[in-house]
Amino acid sequence: MLETIWFLLWGILWAVYFMLDGFDLGLGTLAPFIARNDNEKRIIYNSMGPFWDANEVWLITAGGVTFAAFPTAYAVMFSALYTPLLLLLFALIIRAVALEFRSKGESEGWRKLWDVCHFLGSFVPALLLGVAFANIFKGIPIDQEGIFHGNLLTLLNPYGLLGGILFVLLFLVHGALWLAIKAEGDLETRAAKAASGIWLILLIVAVVFLAATWFATGLYLNYLSNPILLIIPVVTVLALLATRLFINQRAFWKAWFASSLTIVGATLFGVVGLYPNLLPSSLNPAYSLTIYNSSSSSLTLKIMLGVALTFVPIVIAYQIWSYYVFRDKVTKDDLASDEAY
Amino acid sequence: MDAVTLSRLQFAVATYFHFLFVPLTLGLSILVAIMETKYVRTGIEEYKRMAKFWGKLFVINFAIGVVTGITLEFQFGTNWSRYSKYVGDIFGSLLAIEATVAFFLESTFIGVWVFGWNRLSPKAHAVCIWLVAAASNISAYWILTANSWMQHPVGYVIRNGRAELSDFWAVISQPYAILMLLHVLSGAYIVAGFFVMGVSAYHLIRRQELSFFKRSFRMAAIFTVIFALAEILVGDIHGKEMMKSQPTKAAAAESVWETTKGAPMYLFVVPDEANERNKVEILGIPKLLSWVAFGDSEGVYRGLKEWPKEERPPVAITFWSFRIMVALGMLFALISVIAWLKRKNPENSPGFLKFLIYCIPLPYIALALGWTVTEVGRQPWIVYGMMKTSDAASSVGASQVGLSLAAFVIVYSLLGIACFYLLIKNARKGPVPIPALDR
Repeated sequence: MLETIWFLLWGILWAVYFMLDGFDLGLGTLAPFIARNDNEKRIIYNSMGPFWDANEVWLITAGGVTFAAFPTAYAVMFSALYTPLLLLLFALIIRAVALEFRSKGESEGWRKLWDVCHFLGSFVPALLLGVAFANIFKGIPIDQEGIFHGNLLTLLNPYGLLGGILFVLLFLVHGALWLAIKAEGDLETRAAKAASGIWLILLIVAVVFLAATWFATGLYLNYLSNPILLIIPVVTVLALLATRLFINQRAFWKAWFASSLTIVGATLFGVVGLYPNLLPSSLNPAYSLTIYNSSSSSLTLKIMLGVALTFVPIVIAYQIWSYYVFRDKVTKDDLASDEAY
Repeated sequence: MDAVTLSRLQFAVATYFHFLFVPLTLGLSILVAIMETKYVRTGIEEYKRMAKFWGKLFVINFAIGVVTGITLEFQFGTNWSRYSKYVGDIFGSLLAIEATVAFFLESTFIGVWVFGWNRLSPKAHAVCIWLVAAASNISAYWILTANSWMQHPVGYVIRNGRAELSDFWAVISQPYAILMLLHVLSGAYIVAGFFVMGVSAYHLIRRQELSFFKRSFRMAAIFTVIFALAEILVGDIHGKEMMKSQPTKAAAAESVWETTKGAPMYLFVVPDEANERNKVEILGIPKLLSWVAFGDSEGVYRGLKEWPKEERPPVAITFWSFRIMVALGMLFALISVIAWLKRKNPENSPGFLKFLIYCIPLPYIALALGWTVTEVGRQPWIVYGMMKTSDAASSVGASQVGLSLAAFVIVYSLLGIACFYLLIKNARKGPVPIPALDR
């Protein structure tokens, strides 16, 4: 029971991370294609300024919780995904530094350098996270010792890459919507246009991904034995459709929430399908890491549950407050202040 | 080189680099919080400018501290998976609690603080920086508790082929952790104090923004002298605790080979590991080492030869790091007392001010040396007395680790250069001029 609760919390943490950092990563990927001048670039940077750092902590917490609740899975997963994970980290490092440093130097070369870093630091994580999760859904070649028999190319299989593309597209729509919320005038209009354009590609890729999942993974088995669970993919698809509806109405906040729900739903669809596996082995199902053979002791799980139930609601409360404080569009005054990016 | 050695090097690179940024974050957040509180209380505009100027340097530094911290957490899984599997029940939960309890708080409110000057009331805004300061210090507590557990494991049982938690309270309240926290925090506050004094000195010599930097200097001088003096006391108590819980580290730190009752302290020693003796031992003060270590001049100091060679840490590195760290600690106390005496009119001592600029790197070096003693001195154990470092690594190929190590060195060097360039540039530029004077 405890293990199942922690499995769900684990899934939710990742889902919230994708929902929150998703718009930063997506907007960072979109930036070079949508911003026409330094002013527009600065609007993009400042639209995520107060949030990106706290968003990224969800990743750290998701990682930490994997470590705390399922140490064996953490050990195997992270060492198996050695190269992609380190690439992810380097990318996130240069993104953070790009955000912080870019506007603190004036020369054009300096800013260009960090713009490139910001793009790479946004696009690469989006892609890799998708590749990693698709591979987790599909299973990777690990033996009974949890040793990974493969390399980076093993992970870059068609289904893995499809997952990567799906994530990039989900985040692009999410980020474009955030820009539509935070920008004014022409940039706002272009952002909305980008969101609805990319949405169409996303819809196609999502359908292909759902079909490929049938062939490449065992995710649907849980849904076939418990049809009630199908509500998750159904809600996800409805949320994706609603996103487009709200974009057309120019109700960007609503569209952004619908897009958030899409991302959370997509993540939970995978996680629920995975249960009770954390990392299936593609060599032999008996080698798979499950919540039973890789969890922490029940004392640790209980203490951690106490900590999570106490502090996570507090975290959510003050993070909502911080979004509320900075709910307005980025204005000229904001850009003129000494602290602005 | 094998994967274990490469992984150790990689972890060392990542930790040293991370810890160039963390200590300033820990200390400067408090100083900035005090400045802003003074602004809220007195309404004196200069305090607000101080909070903004030092806050800007703080933020540049903070960003790198955050992102380089993530690599440390992830490396336990990527490079030290056997370790993670074996002790994750305890160690992993401490890291997860750190993120949940402290890191969220810190990262959320730093964002609100940086961008919220015009959106919050001055009081609420000051509360934000206090939350950042509190959170970063709470974060230090959890991380150091986790590290202390590697130095001195408590509150566990070996069950199901791994270490499992049996007493959470014992883990989070053990004296080793509390002392380590006080030791590291004092060190971090000394870093911040010397940083603020050094940067202020640069401007005071040039007579720029005199009142602004005199205020800053004075505040930092008081802050520094408190913690530089406290550090001597804390270091001493922490050292005595290390004697009890990690005797091999203590023996290596002083390069004591033979178990000695009433051990003398030599002011100058050169260890000779190959021959299990010291090449040079001069200026010995009888019984002093035993007295320092146990508070008893007749105390028995255990020598390295009590343990088989394969259970001893590398002696020379541990010894020199410890010696130089202690010497620097004494020096900081002396300098900060002088700075405190000159706090009212520092601009009248340009020679001393110039010296202070060059002192900025010294506390960083002292902290790096301290971590060297802590981590190298713990060898060959990854968890003291429980698990050997050589049994802890992942089964990833040496070439893979070699590549990532090279990437770490390159990326971190470039980041370091960019960060120091920005810090120096902004520190030299001084605070934003007062608008009224500007026109």
